[in-house]
Amino acid sequence: MKRPHLAGIATLAVIAIFGLLYSYGEAPKQKHVSRPPAAAASADALARGEYLSRAGNCMACHTARGGTPWAGGRAIETSFGTFYTSNLTSDPQTGLGQWTADDFWRALHDGRSRDGRLLYPAFPYTNYTRVTREDADALWAYLQSLKPVRQENRAHVLDFPYGSQIALAAWRTLYFTPGTFEADAGRSPEWNRGAYLVQGLGHCSACHAPRNRLGASEDADALTGGLMAVQNWYAPSLTSPHEAGLADWPRSDIVALLRDGIARNASMSGPMAEVVLGSTQHLSPADLDAMATYLQSLPETASGEPVKETVALNDVQRARAEGLYKDHCADCHGERGEGSGDIYSALAGNRAVTLDPPANPLRIVLGGGFAPATRGNPRPYGMPPFAASLNDEEVALVVSHIRGSWGNSAAPVNVLDVQRYRGNLR
Amino acid sequence: MAQRVLACTGCHGAEGLAAADGYYPRIAGKPSGYLYNQLLNFRDGRRQYPLMSELLQTLSDDYLREMAEHFSSLDLPYPAPARPAANQTPGQAVMARGELLVRKGDAARELPACARCHGEYLTGVAPAIPGLLGLPRDYLAAQLSGWKSGVRHAHAPDCMGQIAQRMSADDINAVSHWLAGRPVPAGGKPAAALTQALPIRCGGVPPDMPAPETTR
Repeated sequence: MKRPHLAGIATLAVIAIFGLLYSYGEAPKQKHVSRPPAAAASADALARGEYLSRAGNCMACHTARGGTPWAGGRAIETSFGTFYTSNLTSDPQTGLGQWTADDFWRALHDGRSRDGRLLYPAFPYTNYTRVTREDADALWAYLQSLKPVRQENRAHVLDFPYGSQIALAAWRTLYFTPGTFEADAGRSPEWNRGAYLVQGLGHCSACHAPRNRLGASEDADALTGGLMAVQNWYAPSLTSPHEAGLADWPRSDIVALLRDGIARNASMSGPMAEVVLGSTQHLSPADLDAMATYLQSLPETASGEPVKETVALNDVQRARAEGLYKDHCADCHGERGEGSGDIYSALAGNRAVTLDPPANPLRIVLGGGFAPATRGNPRPYGMPPFAASLNDEEVALVVSHIRGSWGNSAAPVNVLDVQRYRGNLR
Repeated sequence: MAQRVLACTGCHGAEGLAAADGYYPRIAGKPSGYLYNQLLNFRDGRRQYPLMSELLQTLSDDYLREMAEHFSSLDLPYPAPARPAANQTPGQAVMARGELLVRKGDAARELPACARCHGEYLTGVAPAIPGLLGLPRDYLAAQLSGWKSGVRHAHAPDCMGQIAQRMSADDINAVSHWLAGRPVPAGGKPAAALTQALPIRCGGVPPDMPAPETTR
């Protein structure tokens, strides 16, 4: 069992008083008036709703691994405990069959369930609150068209004190205000469309914004990089030229990366590969272009600037690291990290390998991986996992070597880093 | 295709022949339907091994089927079975029990013989029943134990899960030792069809798999 965050408990205890006094009553439970079923939505509206559900990647979370699509049950592990996603099919007992469009709007916009209960922001209503009512209604129509699947929702398993509605009310007092997307009249329609998708349904900030110890983003629009604590992946900054900043990329390459999962020397891995698979590869060229336009316009930030390594590998370590690289990496990535053909990424000058924290290069060496199998790249090449063939020290040596050679100048990693990010990869 | 699946051969050995000292099983030449089912099982959470599950998480059914067909099509010789270490050599009683269970089963406990489904020569039956020879003892024992403890699953109805539940730890030890010590008969190819109906329903076996007659 995880140790509760002491500071978190103390903060919440204080705030809970405010929560009790004010926030919990922010919107009293509404009495439900049963309404006649809405007229069947048009095929166009359903198609639009389905498309929007792709933009939000809703199904990815609301489907258990290997489970029935949309019936919920996927475990979302966080620093606060494990959340289980809910059944969104039209089943009256276990799904949304008794909900109305207003109920759904309230969940999306206000983060409240049909019975008035506060929802946990693991469901990213902090982003979805900016979705328009029109889009929410289209999504709703689509969800209601799903075949009912009877599958009971599973209760979240949360560490103390996060399981209480009072704690949640306190959290909302601090970090959540229902909002709407405000278009910027000084920007192009494409920019505004991109901003709407990135900030709203796309919920990019859910991973790419830093979170505080209570799991909140101080600035929900700052895509300056966030460590996914339990998953052990780092969602890099989309604004820093040293991480995954896009300002210098041709826009068509950004579109290709989101559509196909590979472009230029980049390949999507880890959780972002799942996002490409379930969401962005399905978006229209115009919407991807709009998202790229918006992302490129974000003000540059300087995070992640590589520091010239202060504790370089010594000669013995260097020799071992070079030997490991030659034996395990050079066949594909080249003797000098130059990559090969269009298949294997160059490691020299590759921003993914110099990231700090070094979660991603370590995860990739340990777990290997394939780019997502998209329509644009249905038969991706794969990299083998090295978790079983290299020990912690060897992984640290070879990753340090890659981070500090051929013009790369990121700090080396050590055995503790490998142990920290290895997680379940052994 | 061989280049696309270098991610697999890192652990499963060059061309999927299994690493000499390894736990990772040979995949070359196994029935393609069986390999495909296992890829789906890992991706979809019926088998638990994080390295496999994460690797396959974003791959499509079509691509996994293509990978399965690639490895299945490889026709490569099998090495002689590895000699167990001196301190792990099973006694004659263990081997006799293993052979009995493999060839005859134990009707009193409703344990069908392995050979009943996995082929008279234990080389599997195309397209979905795997051979049992040419695999390390540790791997075999871990799979049976995994089914018994509910860690490994197959498509429902999970016939091997039901069978492993009826096996004791000693049964698993005996069967694994005996199978791991048998040489693979020439070619090691899976049989083309079942010679008798399956004694138990298996979700991973296609309903149209050639068989004389289903019993239930």
